[in-house]
Amino acid sequence: MPNMSLTKNSMPTQEANVRNKNFSEVALGYSEDQAFDEAQRCLNCKNKPCVAGCPVGIDIPAFIELMKVRDYKGAYGKITESSSLPAVCGRVCPQESQCEGKCVRGIKGESVGIGRLERFAADYYSKTDNNEKKELSITKNGIKAAVVGSGPAGLTCAGELAKNGCEVTVFEALHKPGGVLVYGIPEFRLPKAVVAKEVDGLREMGVEIITNAVIGRTITVDELFEQGYNAIFIGSGAGLPNFMKIPGESLKGVYSANEYLTRINLMKAYLDESDTPAKRAKNVAVVGGGNVAMDAARCAKRLGAENVYIVYRRSETEMPARLEEVHHAKEEGIIFKTLCNPVEIIGDESGTVTKMKCVEMTLGEPDASGRKRPVEKPDSEFILECDAVIMSIGTSPNPLIKDTTEGLDTNRWGCIVADEDGLTTRENVYAGGDAVTGAATVILAMGAGKTAAQAILKKLKK
Amino acid sequence: MYKIVYKQMLNPTVGLMKIEAPLIAKKALPGQFIILRTDDNGERIPLTVAETDKRSLVTIIFQIVGATTIKLGAMNEGDYLADFAGPLGRPSHLDGLKNVAVIGGGVGSAIAYPVAKGLHDMGAKVHTIAGFRNKDLVILEKEFAAISDELLIMTDDGSYGQKGLVTDALKSIIERGENLDEVIAIGPLVMMKFVAKLTKEYNIKTTVSMNPIMVDGTGMCGCCRITVGGKTKFACVDGPDFDGFEVDFDEAMSRLSEYKGFEENARNHACNLLNMKNGTVN
Repeated sequence: MPNMSLTKNSMPTQEANVRNKNFSEVALGYSEDQAFDEAQRCLNCKNKPCVAGCPVGIDIPAFIELMKVRDYKGAYGKITESSSLPAVCGRVCPQESQCEGKCVRGIKGESVGIGRLERFAADYYSKTDNNEKKELSITKNGIKAAVVGSGPAGLTCAGELAKNGCEVTVFEALHKPGGVLVYGIPEFRLPKAVVAKEVDGLREMGVEIITNAVIGRTITVDELFEQGYNAIFIGSGAGLPNFMKIPGESLKGVYSANEYLTRINLMKAYLDESDTPAKRAKNVAVVGGGNVAMDAARCAKRLGAENVYIVYRRSETEMPARLEEVHHAKEEGIIFKTLCNPVEIIGDESGTVTKMKCVEMTLGEPDASGRKRPVEKPDSEFILECDAVIMSIGTSPNPLIKDTTEGLDTNRWGCIVADEDGLTTRENVYAGGDAVTGAATVILAMGAGKTAAQAILKKLKK
Repeated sequence: MYKIVYKQMLNPTVGLMKIEAPLIAKKALPGQFIILRTDDNGERIPLTVAETDKRSLVTIIFQIVGATTIKLGAMNEGDYLADFAGPLGRPSHLDGLKNVAVIGGGVGSAIAYPVAKGLHDMGAKVHTIAGFRNKDLVILEKEFAAISDELLIMTDDGSYGQKGLVTDALKSIIERGENLDEVIAIGPLVMMKFVAKLTKEYNIKTTVSMNPIMVDGTGMCGCCRITVGGKTKFACVDGPDFDGFEVDFDEAMSRLSEYKGFEENARNHACNLLNMKNGTVN
C-alpha cells in the first residue's frame, strides 16, 4: 500500500536563527526512515510524467522503487545511469518546476519529494561506499577530447565521454574545479566537499583536470586541435555581470552578485584565515529575484548584516528563484521588497554607497517573457538606507573564446550558437550550458553537456 | 604549483621574481597580466607581466602594499606559488607606432618597461620618462637605458635625475617639437590622469594602463569595472589599456581605495608578526 499522506516528509533543517549566522549546510537531509517513508508515496505511474520533467531523463520511479525496498545503493546506481552529479542535483535543482512539478501526487497535495530522495541516495552512497574501489574496465576508444570549463556542463560532458572510453582533459580557468558550483552556490546550500567528491570521481575515471588554464588566452581552441584533441566541448559558463545602468553603480560597496559570491564562496572571505576581504555591511540591498539573489542575500546575513533586502521589480509569483530558497531566505530574516525597482544609488563624499532610491511598481500586461510587465507607479519614490548593494540581474557571455576562435559564431547576445546536439559552427567544436543559453540552471547545463558528449561519441567513435 | 626561480628586491618595497610557467612565457605579450595566489588562503591578485624568456620563465615586479604582496615579498627562490594564470587582458596595440613617449610612474615603470622594449624592438623611437618619489625607489634604470632613445628619470625631491613630475618632462619633449604618435602612460591613477590632461591640450593620442582591483580576472566577477567614455568597461577582458582621454580617473581612484582599511590591517598584522619575532610584542 502506498503512503497516501498528502504532504512530503519535511526536510530537517538547521534552526533559522542559528543557521543565518553560520555557513554550514541548511538542509540536513532525510534520515533513512524518512527516506523510506517518503519513497512509499510514489505511485510508480506507468506513464512516468516526472521523467519527462527531468532535463537528463532520470528514471525516477525506478530509483524510488529500489528505495522502497531499502536498496539505496541500487537507487544511486539507477540515478547515475542518467545523471553524473546526483548529490549536486538533489540539492540545487528547481524540482518544483521539473520532476516534482509533473508528479501526479502533486495534483491533490504535495508531490513526492523526488529531489530529497535523490539527495538521500547520493549521500547514502557517498557515506557507505568510500572504501569500495570501483571496478573500472573502460575500453579506450582512441578519441581525445578537451572540455573547457569544469562547471556542471563540463563535468557532465567529461564524465559521459570518459565513461565511454575517451581520453578527456578538462581545462579550468580558476584555481579550483567546479565552476558555478564552487564560486557561485554557497557552502550552506551545496557543501564544497560534495562538489570535490564528484570531481574526484571523474579523476578516478581517468579524466585529467588542469586548473589555471584560461582557454582563449593560455591556450586557444585551435591550439587544442594542434595538440591532438579530436573534439572540444565549450562549457565556459555565463560570463560578465549585467548592471542596471543607473547612476551610482560604480560607488564603493556596490558589487555584482558574481563578485560578492566569488569572494565568499571561492575565496572563503568568511573565514579568518582567508586573505580575501569582503565588506561586512550593516544594511544590504540585493537587486534581483533569482537563486543567485537569494544566495547573495543569505550570505550577507551570515556575514553579520542587520537588514538584508531583496529588491525585485515584479511580485513574488514571478520570482525565478527556487521556492525552497525563497522560503529559507524569509525564515532567515531576509526582507522582501517586491514590486520595487532601484533608480539611483547614492553615496557619501568618500564615494561609498549610503542609500538607494527606489520606486514602487505595479504589474501591467504580460510582456515577451509571458510574465506581467512591471510598470512604475507615479510619485512612489522612496529611500532605502544601505551600505552595500549587490546587483543580481543576470550576466552576458564571456568574450574570451569567441574573440580568439575564428569561425565560432555567436548570436546577437554573444551566446555561442549551437544546434540541438551542441554542435557549434566549427567542426568538432561543441558547446553547452550558460555559454550557449545565457544564465540558466545547473541541470540544464548538465543536460547540454550530456547531449554534446553523446553527439561527439556518435560522430567520432568508430 | 609554480616555482620561484629567481628573486631580487629592486628597492626596499619593490620585488622582482621569475616564475616557472612555460605556457604563459610562450604566450604573453606586452600589456598582458597574470593572476596569482601565493598559497591556499591567498587572494587572487593581478600583476602585469614584466618580461618573459619566451620559453619557461615569466618575470613579475610587485610593490609590497597589502596582505598578498607582503606574503609574496617574504617568499624566496625555490618556493612555489599556489596559482599563476594567464596571460590575461588584451596585449598593448603597438603596431605602426614610430615615435612614442612611454611614461612609467613608480612600480608602474615595471609595466612600462615591456611596452618600451616592444616598441624599441620594432624600431620605434622611444622616449622614456620614469618618475619616482626619490633616489632609493628608482628601478630598472639600466634596462630602460638599453632600449630608450632618450631616458628621463624624474624624482619628486630631486635626489636623482631631474626634480619634477613626469608631466614636466613630457611637456618639455612636446614643446621642443618632438612629433609624438602616441603617449603611453603607466603608473598611479593620478599620474595617468594628469598625463592625459596635458596631452589632451596637444591632442596627442594617449593610452593608459588601468590596474583596478580584480578577483577572477577572466571576465566573470565585474569587480574591475571602470567607466570609459561614459560606458562600463571591464579592465580584465576589455583592457587593461584604454584611451586616456575617455577614462573616468576620479571614479577609478575612488574604487581603488575600497579595501584600503584591509591593506592597512594586513600591514600592521605583518609588522606585529615581525615585532614578535624580534621579541618585542606590542
